[in-house]
Amino acid sequence: MHERLRVIQPSPPPDGPSAAACGSTRREFLADALRLSSGAVVLLAGASIAEGAAPAEKPAGERYNWDEHLYAYLIDTTKCIGCGSCVRACRAENGVPDGFYRTWVERYVVGMESAHVDSPSGGIDGFPPIQVSFVATKSFFVPKMCNHCKATPCIQVCPVGASYRTKDGVVMVDGERCIGCAYCVQACPYGSRFLNPTNHTAEKCTWCYHRVTKGLKPACVEVCPTGTRLFGDLKRADDPVRQAIEHDRVAILQGHLLTEPQCYYLHLDKEVR
Amino acid sequence: MPEISGFAFPNDVHVWWSLMIVLYPYLTGFVAGSFIVTSLYHLFGRQEFKPVARLAMATSLAFLAIAGLPLTLHLGHPWRNWFVVVTPHFTSAMAGFGILYSGYLVILLLEVWFVWRQEIIARARRSRGFMRGIYKLLALYTYDTSPEARDIDHRAITVLAAIGLPGACMLHGYVGFIFGAIKANPWWSTPLMPVIFLMSAAVSGIALLIVLYQAVSKFQRRPADQPCVSALARWLWFFLILTITLELLEIIVMAYEKSESWVIISELITTRLEFSYVTMQMIVGGLIPLILLAIVVMMNRYLHERVRNTLSTAAALLCLLQVFAMRWNIVIGGQLLSKSLRGLRSPYESEVFGHEGILMAIALFIAPFVILWVFDRLLGFSEPEEEGGGQAEHGAAPERAASTTMQL
Repeated sequence: MHERLRVIQPSPPPDGPSAAACGSTRREFLADALRLSSGAVVLLAGASIAEGAAPAEKPAGERYNWDEHLYAYLIDTTKCIGCGSCVRACRAENGVPDGFYRTWVERYVVGMESAHVDSPSGGIDGFPPIQVSFVATKSFFVPKMCNHCKATPCIQVCPVGASYRTKDGVVMVDGERCIGCAYCVQACPYGSRFLNPTNHTAEKCTWCYHRVTKGLKPACVEVCPTGTRLFGDLKRADDPVRQAIEHDRVAILQGHLLTEPQCYYLHLDKEVR
Repeated sequence: MPEISGFAFPNDVHVWWSLMIVLYPYLTGFVAGSFIVTSLYHLFGRQEFKPVARLAMATSLAFLAIAGLPLTLHLGHPWRNWFVVVTPHFTSAMAGFGILYSGYLVILLLEVWFVWRQEIIARARRSRGFMRGIYKLLALYTYDTSPEARDIDHRAITVLAAIGLPGACMLHGYVGFIFGAIKANPWWSTPLMPVIFLMSAAVSGIALLIVLYQAVSKFQRRPADQPCVSALARWLWFFLILTITLELLEIIVMAYEKSESWVIISELITTRLEFSYVTMQMIVGGLIPLILLAIVVMMNRYLHERVRNTLSTAAALLCLLQVFAMRWNIVIGGQLLSKSLRGLRSPYESEVFGHEGILMAIALFIAPFVILWVFDRLLGFSEPEEEGGGQAEHGAAPERAASTTMQL
């Protein structure tokens, strides 16, 4: 049994107080108060009846409409401290088998002549100190995961259509259809996929689709202590991820392959592939 | 856990495509290569291939019967293999397998039937009891051996060979495409890949036929037809030159371009694949048979029969090694290389037992030869000249050759 993350209800949409309410007169206030008190009397008198008569509210999953969302992910590499919380949270949330990774963190130690890259156990236990044989001039961490590409080769090569992209922009695998041929694993340029050694089907990051469709954040975003990882909805104009993609200088991994990743990076170094 | 030199993406340390995926293109290579040889006789009227034309066709069928098995055995869910045929996802190169495989199988079965029809009927008439029933069934209860029926047979064979040749080429070219179209892997991603696979298929097919023909001749205690051996050696030499040239060109272009991936690929070739690539694929399986075959081809008329047989068979055996090494280096080599282009994993060692192990691979490689043996017992490889069928073919082949030349 793996530990599930604490479910945190999403904050309501930021609807500010209306201008009319701000400028309400005393007369309007009294009228409103009267209406409210009479409503309260009715409510107190017939609460049980009202309860029975009101239509049952649908659970969050059923209310979800994927036409209303288009997800994207933003990673600010300057903020990552390599604590590995995201990798641990992902493992706990999704039951990722040992030795395989839906997300991982890479450490870059870079000098003018050389660069050292490592990711011991995907960074799940953080990073031990290292010494390099060259003069290091900068060092940073880069979280990695499935890029949920728009033009993704993994979906293209799946011989049975088990890999697919949802309308809200998440690349998923149907474990009931997957034949375990590993063609998608070979085709992913980012090393994001693997065959689960237990059920022998392809597995990868789903951006915690089971959470995001309930209005929650992916586990890795939820636990990131520095705000390195941000999950956003491109269909919301005020979304911070959308704002960053629109206005900041963002980069993607292996852009030359034209896979149109939906995982964007801020301050990406040339050494990162 | 495998050892990693440099940095590999954490999920990139596994070899997902195992020995079975090495074996799959190896077996389909024999299918395509053998069919090319049989087409040289049936379609292009090359009379020198007549002694091996039937053997080549039976070889193609025997290997095709087994070719799908390694793919299935490799799957995480082998019982879902029919999904690929029933609900193919057409943007996938792999989805083409069902169509190409079954299409080619139908064409090949039909062609085998037309080629062996006279023989089946003759055996049905000769045999008694249970075997008679078998031959009767194989003849589809049609005993028509009239000149008109034979003429129809010959025309059908030509038409089927004309469809079958591109079919065989596409079946194997598509195997190369499966690798060549993976842009994530620089060791695979080259448009040359399907062509290299096709050329090496021809090499493996012809090489196998040289070995098989010598074995069958020994088994039947008949001397191997020397013009046929010479022709096979000549065509093997031709296709080996093309294969080695293309394989070298692929590397030379990468090295000359100093492409992003060349640093890691050069390390892959010179460290992890040093034995299988440099030694086996290029020297033992490439350079040496090139020299041996050059001797057979260029000094043909000075060679004693036994020397020719020995040299060409030795070269053919080395070519079989070369092609296996090439499949290994492509399939396994491509997975030793991380897509980070910063690291290599330690060499892959296949399991011995298990459904993807070495013993299974050996069994799958032997299985087509067992099928061939059964085929020989049932229908035979020799041209039925003594029954008059051969004479008809003798007459028909040059006519077909003439018509093909005219069409060309």
